[in-house]
Amino acid sequence: MTSRILSTTILAVVMIFLIGPFFIIVAASLSAGETLAFPPQGFSFKWVLKVFEIESFRSSFVMSMMLAIFGTLAALVIGTPVSYALARYKLPLGEAIRTIVSAPIIVPGIVVGLALLRYLVIPFGFNLTLALFLAHTALVLPYAVRVVSASMANLRSDIEEAAVLLGCSRLGAFIRVVLPNIRGGILAAFILGFVTSFNQVPVSLFLSGPGIRTLPIDMLAYLETTYDPSVAALSALLAFMSIGIVFLAERFLGFSRYV
Amino acid sequence: MSDASFLRLERLTLAYGDTPAIKDLDLSIGRGELVALLGPSGCGKTTTMRSIAGLLKPRSGKILLDGADITRMPANKRAVGLVFQSYALFPHLSVFENVAFGLRLKRIPGGELQKRVQDGLKSVGLSRFADRKPAELSGGQQQRVALARSMVMDPKVLLLDEPLSNLDARLRLEMRAELQRVQKESGITMIFVTHDQGEALALADRIVVMWDGHIEQIGTPEEIYNAPASAFVADFVGFENVFALENGHLKTPRGLVGLSSPAPVGAAGLAWRPIAVQMGLGPYQGTVRGTSFAGRTREYLLDTPLGIIKAEADATGSSYDIGEAVPFDLPIEGAARLSRFA
Repeated sequence: MTSRILSTTILAVVMIFLIGPFFIIVAASLSAGETLAFPPQGFSFKWVLKVFEIESFRSSFVMSMMLAIFGTLAALVIGTPVSYALARYKLPLGEAIRTIVSAPIIVPGIVVGLALLRYLVIPFGFNLTLALFLAHTALVLPYAVRVVSASMANLRSDIEEAAVLLGCSRLGAFIRVVLPNIRGGILAAFILGFVTSFNQVPVSLFLSGPGIRTLPIDMLAYLETTYDPSVAALSALLAFMSIGIVFLAERFLGFSRYV
Repeated sequence: MSDASFLRLERLTLAYGDTPAIKDLDLSIGRGELVALLGPSGCGKTTTMRSIAGLLKPRSGKILLDGADITRMPANKRAVGLVFQSYALFPHLSVFENVAFGLRLKRIPGGELQKRVQDGLKSVGLSRFADRKPAELSGGQQQRVALARSMVMDPKVLLLDEPLSNLDARLRLEMRAELQRVQKESGITMIFVTHDQGEALALADRIVVMWDGHIEQIGTPEEIYNAPASAFVADFVGFENVFALENGHLKTPRGLVGLSSPAPVGAAGLAWRPIAVQMGLGPYQGTVRGTSFAGRTREYLLDTPLGIIKAEADATGSSYDIGEAVPFDLPIEGAARLSRFA
């Protein structure tokens, strides 16, 4: 009995710790006051509406969206064949490849960002947008490989041989038999990658420049000059977007099976 | 090309790394034959089957099918069907689409495709299940889908990997009859791999017994069962008392022992089934070490000057207790004469 009370208490504390900030931000964004504060002063939607009027938020939102979508797609285009190869063949350097592919999870983002800036952008005059795209692709790759590998693991290899004996080429068998069966895993990886990329701060921090900013970086910059609740409002909106995506994914995909 | 060598393997050799899986295999299979590749795991039977299918590349030797050399032909061009042990149905496709898979790749027009798939499903009694997903079927039904999926392609040879091993006893009998019927009706050449001598004996026209990468014996079920050619085959089909012959004597773990009657000329060894061991009378003496009741018979383990002998006697006759001394005989008439002992 006491252990039950204890575990319930711990659970409650953890939940408050995790979800509490979200409620604080939502509350702060609905404030009628002029500065970011909690508890909010009064109630109003004016800061939520203001978010849509700030021009730089709009352009950086598009930037973040593009990065998240195309970076994740690129990571999947690379990661799916890698997962397939790791699952199907006993590669001589299989473990090494797995480690290298997972490295961006382990290496702090700030190091990745700095490294890209120092060794790609500065010496070669690399386009910042391209650098951002590469960075986000690399960041999402570990998630793509992990999640797709998990769904590959449940797929027997003999169905490919069966497809070949029915007339498929090896590639044909991959497209007709493997891909449809790991579709769920790929979609799950996409969602996970999208959210990861969209919320990414440290890497993007180093790879920003005039007119090239992701939304989280833009929010940071905005906070430095303007301390009004519109940032809270934007955060709340983004949080609702993430919740919506994950909810839909769970509903239609059983997202939690893959992650 | 004669019908008797519709499919021919010539000195086929295949190795994984340095360990040869099959060595210089020669085998001819006639059109319309139902052949079993029988042997313990690791004997090379599955390797042989997979190289016929084109899933493994032989190191040397030839595979000839219907007059053509298919040794280097890719698996997807061979017109060889394979029913996998795990069935390998496509989980994302309905039963109908599973069966239609190969026909669609061949761009068979819609009407004909419909008809061929439906005929295929009908021939295995699964017309009602066309819209189901494989996961919604029982193991036996899944296997019949796999069979139909291969059969609608009109393969020249149909290979089956342990077709009965994943089924329970009742289904096994059903599937056995089903396979025989399908084979008779279609006249297709079938080769199945099994480690179960009972399956091979019951189903096959001809049995190829394999061991350690080579063929030990090829024969009809009767030949394999009654007249095993080698010690390995004898042991594999239930001759549990196997001895080499040396100068007309049985070579036993405890030295040479004379026979009760003259040894047959030219035999390299002799083998007796437990039931062929005559208990209660004879020149040898044994002590009962173990006994177990097996329905109509009773089985005994005898400790004898020839080593451990396995005997089996009618359960209604006299029985012997553990520790009891029993005279027995190994009559020549009941022995299989082994032409090779290796």
